[in-house]
Amino acid sequence: MTRMTQWLTDPNPTSRHQARIGQVWLAWIRLRRNPLAITGLTIILILFAMAAFAPLFATQDPTTQDLTQRLLPPGTRGHWLGTDDFGRDIWSRIVHGARITLYIVALVALTAPALGLLIGTVAGYFGGLVDTTLMRITDIFLAFPRLILALALVAVLGPGIFNAVLAIALTAWPPYARVARAETLTVRSSDYIAAVRLQGAGSARIIWGHVMPMCLPSVIIRVTLDMAGVILIAAGLGFLGLGAQPPLPEWGLMISSGRKFLFEQWWVATMPGLAIFIVSLGFNLLGDGLRDVLDPRSAAR
Amino acid sequence: MTTTQNTPARSLAFLRQIAGGLTTLAITLLGLLLVTFFIGRVVPIDPVLSIVGERATAAQYEAARVALGLDQPLWKQFGIYVLDAVQGDLGTSIRTGAPIIGEIARYFPATLELATLGTIIGVIVGVPAGVLAATRPGSLADQVVRLVGLMGYSMPVFWLGLIGLLVFYGHLDWVGGPGRLDPVYEMMLEFSMTQYTGAILIDTALNGAWEVFANALSHIVLPAGILGYVSMAYISRMTRSFMMNELGQEYITTARVKGMPEWRVIWVHAMKNVMVPLITVIALSYAYLLEGSVLTETIFAWPGLGSYITDALFTADMPAVLGGTIVVGVVFVTLNMASDILYRLVDPRART
Repeated sequence: MTRMTQWLTDPNPTSRHQARIGQVWLAWIRLRRNPLAITGLTIILILFAMAAFAPLFATQDPTTQDLTQRLLPPGTRGHWLGTDDFGRDIWSRIVHGARITLYIVALVALTAPALGLLIGTVAGYFGGLVDTTLMRITDIFLAFPRLILALALVAVLGPGIFNAVLAIALTAWPPYARVARAETLTVRSSDYIAAVRLQGAGSARIIWGHVMPMCLPSVIIRVTLDMAGVILIAAGLGFLGLGAQPPLPEWGLMISSGRKFLFEQWWVATMPGLAIFIVSLGFNLLGDGLRDVLDPRSAAR
Repeated sequence: MTTTQNTPARSLAFLRQIAGGLTTLAITLLGLLLVTFFIGRVVPIDPVLSIVGERATAAQYEAARVALGLDQPLWKQFGIYVLDAVQGDLGTSIRTGAPIIGEIARYFPATLELATLGTIIGVIVGVPAGVLAATRPGSLADQVVRLVGLMGYSMPVFWLGLIGLLVFYGHLDWVGGPGRLDPVYEMMLEFSMTQYTGAILIDTALNGAWEVFANALSHIVLPAGILGYVSMAYISRMTRSFMMNELGQEYITTARVKGMPEWRVIWVHAMKNVMVPLITVIALSYAYLLEGSVLTETIFAWPGLGSYITDALFTADMPAVLGGTIVVGVVFVTLNMASDILYRLVDPRART
């Protein structure tokens, strides 16, 4: 055992910091044993790398048109995934599209859980009428089919990436509120909360500093599992022409532009769909593994 | 197993629960209408202008505005909106000028037929797959079921539809293409048959028109199979986890010790208890298929509710979009409610 791992697995951590990092380390060791989760993690890391260094991965400019190079099949020299109807290199467009996908995912992952966390903890902490009202609102939003509500919202807001993100976030928060509320109910009446209250802490401080951190693990797992769904809905909106607008290389939009040539030039629609599939599979695999590792209820099984 | 006692007190409690559920349902539906109402108000399209046209005089404009009730205070408008909706009046379509509820009634059977067949496929494949995985945890079969399920979760359904069309229609020519029928048969259906339900498979069977039936089947099999795959992914996963849970119970050990054949232990004893939560799952997946059909229908040119909503969307026909949203929402909520009641009926423990 090296000094590093010794420090990490020390049963008597000397600081709160060390204890916390040690916990993460142990979770990582458990996660490492799950090959499917590692596959998922790898896919997501590659996605990040592709988005960060898109110009390095891409072989061409994603928006440069060259009508002499239209609809070349995969395997053509210089265009290993082929070209689309404007002669743009499909591989390069997929690489640059990773940025758009990550942008959507990141924005939704930051806004929807935050909103849900706030509503859920407030409802769970105060209980009573506040709880009933907030949860009723949550149920109403849960009762709406997500894609259809997102469609109606985008129809009002107008098409575009940002509006698509807004519509998705507005439909994605209720499950987080539910999770956060359930988690809050279990910690609300515990002794340490009572201790903080006796020390004179106000509700806002208790919720922010002592309840929310307890809800975070379950919310994070849900976020990871949800991201696949977010990618699919975003791609669906793009496909319908309600998300990103041309000439942006958004994957759903690319599929819809390839639809016209489906039977003759199959690759135009197939390749971006494959990208969506792989990335959302990555999030699903990682989320699945994370749940096994972090959720004490499923670990006990 | 406990026997169900139908004492008056018990049935009364059950009725009271249903009444409570119906109240919740009513409040949820009211909230649903509130949301669509506000979406309809903030929409940048002027509903008056889209009716009277650009060249209307100020007096004509004002008259149309009053006719639409837009001069009333907002809360009154909402009240009228709710009253209309309860009576089945969802407004008129800007595109066609026809009442929306009538149009939806014509489109809805196609969606219902597709989603129902999809769910049936999902159950027939998903439940045995989940049971197989649960009885051999960690085995190759378990891994395959898990991976196939995760793939179902991860695939964009519209893309899968396109690939399906490309392979099974374009290359292999095993199935019918987009639409519900070949045009020839569509005429036959339209002019020479009684349409009882609007579900073509049922109507043609009732009319004894087996040739048309076969054609309809060849058209529906691909979209229904794709939706079925999506619901199979969900159903098999839940079945696995419920079955695993049940197989750890003591009554299962007892049954095995008594020497009961394994198939009986699983399919009769354990299955009886797995069915209870599974009903909720199946109802939920059915509701999701109704939603998932939006994208599938655009791919397969399927004249259902999804196509109706997206077509309305592209012609900026907001009342039609919102009307469709309300209908899907109502079906969604009702299905949840129904599964809840069914759950209580099947599980005596939930009836306390």
